[in-house]
Amino acid sequence: MRFSYFPGCTDRSSSMEYGLSTEEVFKALGVELVEVEDWNCCGAAATHSLNRLLSLCLPARIISKALLSGLSSLVVPCAGCFSNLKRTEYVLRNEQRDRRVIEEIVGFRYDPSLEILALLDVVVNRVGLERVYERVRRTLKGLKVACYYGCALVRHPKVTRFDDPENPQSMDRLMRVLGAQPVEWSYKVDCCGADLAMTYGSIVRQMVGRIVFMAREAGAQAIVTSCGLCQMNLEMRQELGLPVFYFTELMGVAFDIGQRERWWGKHLISPRPLLESLGLG
Amino acid sequence: MEVEKLEKGLKGIEESSFFLEEVRSRSGERVELCYQCMKCTAGCPTAPYMDIKPNQLIRMIQMGRRGEVLGSGAIWFCVYCQTCGTRCPNEIHIGVLMDALREMAVEEGVEVKEKRIHLFHEAFIQSVRRGGRAHEVTMLMDYVLRSRDWMRDSLGSGLRLFFKGKFPLFPSMVKAREEIRRIFERCGQGE
Repeated sequence: MRFSYFPGCTDRSSSMEYGLSTEEVFKALGVELVEVEDWNCCGAAATHSLNRLLSLCLPARIISKALLSGLSSLVVPCAGCFSNLKRTEYVLRNEQRDRRVIEEIVGFRYDPSLEILALLDVVVNRVGLERVYERVRRTLKGLKVACYYGCALVRHPKVTRFDDPENPQSMDRLMRVLGAQPVEWSYKVDCCGADLAMTYGSIVRQMVGRIVFMAREAGAQAIVTSCGLCQMNLEMRQELGLPVFYFTELMGVAFDIGQRERWWGKHLISPRPLLESLGLG
Repeated sequence: MEVEKLEKGLKGIEESSFFLEEVRSRSGERVELCYQCMKCTAGCPTAPYMDIKPNQLIRMIQMGRRGEVLGSGAIWFCVYCQTCGTRCPNEIHIGVLMDALREMAVEEGVEVKEKRIHLFHEAFIQSVRRGGRAHEVTMLMDYVLRSRDWMRDSLGSGLRLFFKGKFPLFPSMVKAREEIRRIFERCGQGE
């Protein structure tokens, strides 16, 4: 099994433990990720906030480079990048006039046979939970987690076409397969505040505060995410000290991957005490 | 006198329908369908911080109140979480609408009410223009210089992340930077 892989800018910086754990976990599963040649930034929220055409052309260049690999699926770990790529895919597929303009500017021909998938989707629905289960060496018994999907993975559903927009289950199912216990809670798709964190930290503190408080109320010992910005906001702007994992990190613990000590060092809230208390250190 | 009043009224109607039409064609969203169920505002995570709530903003677009809409702080507080668009019974994608309103406000030179948010987005785009990829350190420095906002709220944990090696000093860049430059130029995004 091989996938074209777009790591995104934060894979080298603020969410490097997401990138590192993804690589290790996929190696353990025997699934090959082929990095997109000379990829660029997807444009993030800032670009579509101010320049629609640019916000479509930047992801289109990534798609053009992924097409060169000849692989049929492009995998995206960061939910924000995923959202931008899906938005562009939606326009390329449904709006002929825009498509011609974008193709001309970027200098490529779009091929709709390339599918764009979120990393979580690939793990749960392509690699499959059976294959994940077979690779588990130590179950995450006793670990109660709140699965936090955020916005970009499931909304807008006509664009992302992944899971339920109000009560998604993919990550919950994955956590159960790893032996952890996902809690029922109603904040799994509430917004973390995204890049408002840079300009209005106090507002994001309130937004994150509610999410983390509700996770703890539901009995969770940790939160699990699939987005670099969500993870950073949730760790940086909370007062309760609840560890915030990437789902790939918890797969790494269950797979007993030796490299994981490196990931914990990148966290602002160390997950070590929690893992050690459950004998998962 | 009466004729003058009537003419003024007609001109107002014309202008307001023109704004609605412009927003419609810019965003591709059928704003006129809104019947004020207020699901958008009820679910909006940043509505508490908006001067005009999303449902009110839509009504004001229908009424043609261009200046108030484009000059509002609300259009800048939308973080495109798409809760509203997902729940709207008339399938108005308000996130897309907000993008279009911001673009129009900047193009028309309207006084931006939330300058910091606008400047941060500008700094981010310039960071991508330079290297093809976002680079936090230079982008944040650019933002601080533009806005004179010292980000006191984020400084402490930002430094901790820096010492954990999560904000590299040297940017990772695209090799074919002329391709990036061309795309930016063609999209009308200069310095």
